[in-house]
Amino acid sequence: MSEQSFIAGGHRHRGNIAERMVHGLQQVMEHALDAEAQSARQGLLQQLDPRIKLLSLLAVLSAALLARQPGSLLLLLGLAVLLGQCSQISLRQLYRQAWLSVLLFSGVLAVPALFLVPGETLFSLPLLGWPVSRQGLYSAALLLGRAEVAASFALLLMLSTPWTHVLKAMRSLGVPVLLVALLGMTHRYVFVLLQTASQMFEARRSRMLAPASGRMARQLIASSSGVLLGKAFQLSSDVHLAMVSRGYRGDIYLLHSFHTRKRDWCALLLAVALPFLIVWTHA
Amino acid sequence: MHIPDGYLSPSTCALAYAVALPFWLVAYQRAKRLLHTRLVPLFAVFSAFCFVIMMFNLPLPGGTSGHAVGMAIVSIVLGPWASIIAVSLALLIQALFFGDGGISSFGANSLNMAVVGSLVAWAVYRLLSAGASLSSRRRVLAAGAAGYLAINAAALLTAIEFGVQPMLFHDASGTPLYAPYPLSVAVPAMMIGHLSFAGMAEMLLTAGLVAYLQRSQPELLAGQAGIGEQSGSRSRSARQLWYGLAGLMILSPLGLLAAGTAWGEWAAEDFADPSSRQQIIQASGLHALPQAAPEGLARLAGLWSAPFPDYAPAFIHSAGFGYVLSALFGAGLILLSLLLLSQLAGKRGLPQ
Repeated sequence: MSEQSFIAGGHRHRGNIAERMVHGLQQVMEHALDAEAQSARQGLLQQLDPRIKLLSLLAVLSAALLARQPGSLLLLLGLAVLLGQCSQISLRQLYRQAWLSVLLFSGVLAVPALFLVPGETLFSLPLLGWPVSRQGLYSAALLLGRAEVAASFALLLMLSTPWTHVLKAMRSLGVPVLLVALLGMTHRYVFVLLQTASQMFEARRSRMLAPASGRMARQLIASSSGVLLGKAFQLSSDVHLAMVSRGYRGDIYLLHSFHTRKRDWCALLLAVALPFLIVWTHA
Repeated sequence: MHIPDGYLSPSTCALAYAVALPFWLVAYQRAKRLLHTRLVPLFAVFSAFCFVIMMFNLPLPGGTSGHAVGMAIVSIVLGPWASIIAVSLALLIQALFFGDGGISSFGANSLNMAVVGSLVAWAVYRLLSAGASLSSRRRVLAAGAAGYLAINAAALLTAIEFGVQPMLFHDASGTPLYAPYPLSVAVPAMMIGHLSFAGMAEMLLTAGLVAYLQRSQPELLAGQAGIGEQSGSRSRSARQLWYGLAGLMILSPLGLLAAGTAWGEWAAEDFADPSSRQQIIQASGLHALPQAAPEGLARLAGLWSAPFPDYAPAFIHSAGFGYVLSALFGAGLILLSLLLLSQLAGKRGLPQ
């Protein structure tokens, strides 16, 4: 599917097209179920108010974007590890779901920078003789560091907060109600459609005797997408009728039950201080 | 094509959000006016569809596989405005929930794939399938071309966003602070992959889907599903013009790729500057050049002083950023004047 999230284990599965598709679709569902289970545990981040976590994530992201020294990024990464440890999120999880996939994608982009960015030569590659510049090394470290920090904190938020709480937090922070409702429904229907697609490929797999040829596999994907499109249309009409029959007239009401405590404000203060600290140290 | 956090500078991210915002607002307003409450489940379900379609890995000739984004098929079935919202929502879920694409770069990702991708797909499909019957083969070809061009337009814009970073954001020693490659590296790197595999995946999937829908559910291709189809034909031709203009506006930073001054566009002072003189002589087939600018040229050149000389306002110290800003400003002015003209023409044409 994507450059980042599903590289770590998604596309290496061998087998025919239907098997690979079922495997890929199931992995996304497992990813989401894992996140739900993780967010129910007791840990430092799990106990914080979701609104504070969302605001703090934005503050840390801006700190990472403003950082101009690999050392600052390394400290931020250390902070992510520490927070993960205090929130029962293991290093292995951070490594598998954030670091490895970001490294695989960003690393491919960052490595050529070592040779392509002109500047003072540090050393040359032994056999090829390509010169590695100081500026190139610095630039690659910044790129990789920022991507790793941002991905780690985003993962920490998602692993420590149920999706519904993220949505509620967005709503309490002034995100328009319709957008929040659309995001919530989209998330729900992602799983409905994932399951539908998975069942379609599973049904197909049970009727296939030999691996499909390239042409046949393409026809299979196109017709499955077509069926899914038709089902999506049907689903949207059904959902609309169901909503109207339950009294929906264009207004959406959400329940609010968040309460902030002293430690939430301390966490927010620390997070908001980070970008300022980084700008101050660079100045 | 999902840009992660940290590849674009904070100001580029803010600019991308600012450019995408009017498209989101217009898309939402248009859809809301036409569909009322039905749009809520429609957008949610189609965003989910886009999300899932991005996981359908299509086996490609040559033994590889690629996945489509789905903006072309959603644009064809629902219209470009619904597609902008559906693809943006899918991207937001991916960024927030699956760490795919950054949160700071969500504006840029939406601009590339949801806005530009949907508009290009819709314009190409409408242009190539104009007047074709629902079951005609031309519709399949038009859908394929729409998918191919849409994903490549999005990739080109992504490459430009990457490519302008080292020009605009570097430290005192010249180290790039964000994406490190200039346009000369970023554009080929992005385009080779998209012109071949990803483009083919989007093309095959969109064309295959339209061929499938022609046989099984032709009503989805008839525009009954779309939310942008109800308005009359008068606004339709105008709308195509708008899309063309939006496309040109977005592609305008391509001018940055061309180095040097265009032939025949020399300023009076270029005649006196030794390096510029050399360039002019080289470009003019080594013909002799007068020592000073021709008198008439020098006199007329001083008549009007442009607020943005050489596409770089004085307060901006980067020529590259000045160029992009000038392009946006210029295109914005053109769009604004056209909007005013069309408003006036519209009022005059309406029965009182």
